[in-house]
Amino acid sequence: MSAAIRVENVSKRYRLGVINRRMLYQDLQSRWARWRGQEDPHSKVGEKLRGNGENFWALDGINFEIRAGEVIGLIGGNGAGKSTLLKILSRITSPTKGRVCLKGSVASLLEVGTGFHPELTGHENIFLNGTILGMRQSEIRRKFDQIVDFAEVEQFIDTPVKRYSSGMYVRLAFAVAAHLSPEILIIDEVLAVGDARFQEKCLGKMESIAGEGRTILFVSHNMGAIRALCSRGILLREGRVVMDGSIDETITAYIGDNFASASSYEAKERPASPHFERITATQEPAAQGTFSIGQPLVVTFETNPCGKKDLTVGLVIRNSQGVWVQHSSDEFAAAKDPLATVSRCIIPPHALGPGKYHLDALLAKRNEEAYEHLVNALSFEIAFDGAMAARTHAADWKGACGPGLLLWE
Amino acid sequence: MNDTATPDAPEDLSQWSKVITPQRGWLDVRWRDLWQYRDLIYMFVRRDFVGTYKQTVLGPLWFFLQPLFTTIVFTIVFGRIAKISTDSVPPPLFYLSGVVMWQYFADCLQKTSTTFTANADIFGKVYFPRLVLPISTVITNLITFAIQFSLFLGVLVFFKLQGAPVFPNFRMAILPLLLVMMAALGLGVGCLVSALTTRYRDLSVAVGFGVQLWMYGSTVVYPLSEIAPEWRWLLVLNPMVPIIEAFRFAFLGSGVVEIWQLAMGAGVCVLVLLGGIITFNHVEKTFSDTI
Ligand SMILES: Nc1ncnc2c1ncn2[C@@H]1O[C@H](COP(=O)(O)OP(=O)(O)OP(=O)(O)O)[C@@H](O)[C@H]1O
Ligand SMILES: [Mg+2]
Repeated sequence: MSAAIRVENVSKRYRLGVINRRMLYQDLQSRWARWRGQEDPHSKVGEKLRGNGENFWALDGINFEIRAGEVIGLIGGNGAGKSTLLKILSRITSPTKGRVCLKGSVASLLEVGTGFHPELTGHENIFLNGTILGMRQSEIRRKFDQIVDFAEVEQFIDTPVKRYSSGMYVRLAFAVAAHLSPEILIIDEVLAVGDARFQEKCLGKMESIAGEGRTILFVSHNMGAIRALCSRGILLREGRVVMDGSIDETITAYIGDNFASASSYEAKERPASPHFERITATQEPAAQGTFSIGQPLVVTFETNPCGKKDLTVGLVIRNSQGVWVQHSSDEFAAAKDPLATVSRCIIPPHALGPGKYHLDALLAKRNEEAYEHLVNALSFEIAFDGAMAARTHAADWKGACGPGLLLWE
Repeated sequence: MNDTATPDAPEDLSQWSKVITPQRGWLDVRWRDLWQYRDLIYMFVRRDFVGTYKQTVLGPLWFFLQPLFTTIVFTIVFGRIAKISTDSVPPPLFYLSGVVMWQYFADCLQKTSTTFTANADIFGKVYFPRLVLPISTVITNLITFAIQFSLFLGVLVFFKLQGAPVFPNFRMAILPLLLVMMAALGLGVGCLVSALTTRYRDLSVAVGFGVQLWMYGSTVVYPLSEIAPEWRWLLVLNPMVPIIEAFRFAFLGSGVVEIWQLAMGAGVCVLVLLGGIITFNHVEKTFSDTI
C-alpha cells in the first residue's frame, strides 16, 4: 500500500503569555511614547530582556509516515502535543516548520457537535454539522436515515436540539461524524462521551470504519479502545515521537512512562458522603512499591461510611496493557458485617503476573450510584524474587496471571 | 536526521493531494476550496436566517418594524424639526429609501466584522475556508433586504397612487449592481475589521459608532443636491453616496448622481473588498493559535 500521510520534521511553536489582548489605544500610546524617546508605558518590567515573549515548542521535529488503510493510535500524556498534531493535519493551524503531505480526502473530528445550533431541530443540525465536517448535501441526504437510526433519536428529530438531554445531543453529534466517509479520518478523544452502551456502539462503528480500509489516526486515553482499534501506535512525549511501533509495545512504553508507584492512598479531603479514608497494599516481609509474586499481597480498604449501611468496596486491577486482570468486590467475602469500615482483600501468589499494575477502588451501594471511584488509587509492581528471579526473566512470562497459579504434576 | 534539510529539493509532490507547509503568501486565497464548500455557505445562510427567525418573538415582523420606526423618527427629526430638504420627494419615502439601502450595507459590515470573535470555538475545532462565514452573512442579509425592500415598494405604490411626484423609471434595473457594490463594500470593511479585532479587541466597540458616523457621511438623511457642488466630489469618495443617490434616482426620479461617480464608487468597492479579503486570509491561518 502506498503512503497516505507523510509528516516531515513538523514543529509547532506557540507564544506563551498574553498575546493579542492589547487594546488599540495602548498600542498607539506605546508608539507615541517610543517616537518621543520616552519609556513605553505598557512595557512590563523585564520585558525587554526576554524579547518578544517566550516561545514554547508544542511539537518538535515530528517525523512519520502512515500507509493507506493503517489504523494508528496516537498516545501520550496531557500536553504531549497530540491535539496540536491533529490540528495541523486537519489544517486548523499551520506548522511553524516542516511539511505534511496527505493523499485523499480528510475529515477530522476534534470535538463532537461543532457548530450545532441550539435553535435548529435535530434534522437541520444533521445537515449543518455534516456540511461543516465536509460532507455534501446529497451525501447527507443519502445517509440521513442511518444517522437518525444510529443516534436513536427518531422521535425527537423535529425538536430543537436545545431541548435534548446532553446524552441525546452527543449521540446525534457522534452519529453524524460516524457517517463521514473520507479516505483519512482524524479523531481526537471524542469517545469518552455518552453512556457505556453507546460508547461500545461507537467503538463498534469505528471498528467497522477501520475494516473498510480507511486510514485512521486516533487519539484516546482509553487504552482498551486504542488496543481494540489500532494496529500501530505512536507515542508522543513533550512534542517528540518517542516510540513508533506495534500497538502493544507502544502502550506498554506509555504506561511505563506514567508509572509512579504508590502503595498507599490517603484521603486528602473528607466529603460528607461515604468515602475511602485509606487504602494500603502490604506484604510480609515488608516491601514498598515492588512486591514479590510468590507471597500473598494484602490490600486494606478503610472507609468512612458517614452513616450509610451496606456499603460495598470494589476493585479493578489493570495491567500495563490496560487489561482488567481482576474485577472484584467484598460481596464475595464469606461473611460480612454490614457496619464494617475495613475490608481486606488478599491477592494470592501468582494471581498477578510480573509487571506493573494500577488499582482502581470503588465505594458503592449495591445497584446504586458509586459514592467514590478512585482511578489509579494504587500503583505497584509485581516481580519475581528469590530463586525464581535468578532462574527466569520476568519478561519471559506473558500471561496476565502469574505462571505459578497453575498446578503442575 | 538531516535528510530533510532541503525541503524544496526537486521532489515530486504531485502524487499528494494536499501539502501543508508553514508559509502561505499574502495573495494565496484558496478560491477552489471556497467553491468546494459552497454547500456550507448555503447551510450557514439557512442557519442564520432560521436562527434569528426563531429567536425573536416578533419573527419577520421585526424586519418591517425596524425601518418603519427609523423612518418615522427621521421624518420627525430631520424633516419636521431640522427641515432638511428631501428633493420634493415625500419625506417618509425619501428616508425609507435611504434607510433600507443603508441598513443592508450596515448589517453586512457589522455582522461580518465579528466573524473571528463570534466563531472562535468553531474555528479552533474544524477546518473550512473561513471566508465562507462572511460570505454567507452577506447573503443572509440579502433576505432581510428583500423583506425591507418589499416594504419600500409598498410605500412607494401607496404614495404614487396618492399622486406624489415620484417617478420610478427603467433605471431600476441597476438595483442588482447597487446591491453587489454594497455587499462588496460591507464585506471588505467587515473582513478588515474582523481581522483587526483579533489583534485589538477594543476595535469592536468602535464599529457601531463608526457605522453611525458613516451614515451621516452618506446621503441617508439629506440629498446630495443639498451639498455645494464644489464639495460634492469629496462626498462621492464614499461609495455609499452614489449608491443611494442612484437608487433614489431610479425609484423616485430624484437625485444628482452621475455615471462617473458610480464607476468610481465601484472601483473603491473592489479595492476595499480585495484589501479586506487579503487581510482576512492572512489572519485566518494563525488565528486559531491565539484564541
Ligand atoms: N493555542 C495555544 N497557545 C499556547 N499553547 C498552547 C496552545 N494550544 C496548546 N498549547 C500547549 O501545547 C501543548 C500541547 O497541547 P495539546 O493540546 O496538543 O496536548 P495533548 O497531547 O492533546 O494533551 P491532552 O491529552 O490533555 O489533550 C500543551 O502544553 C499546551 O499547553
Ligand atoms: Mg488533546
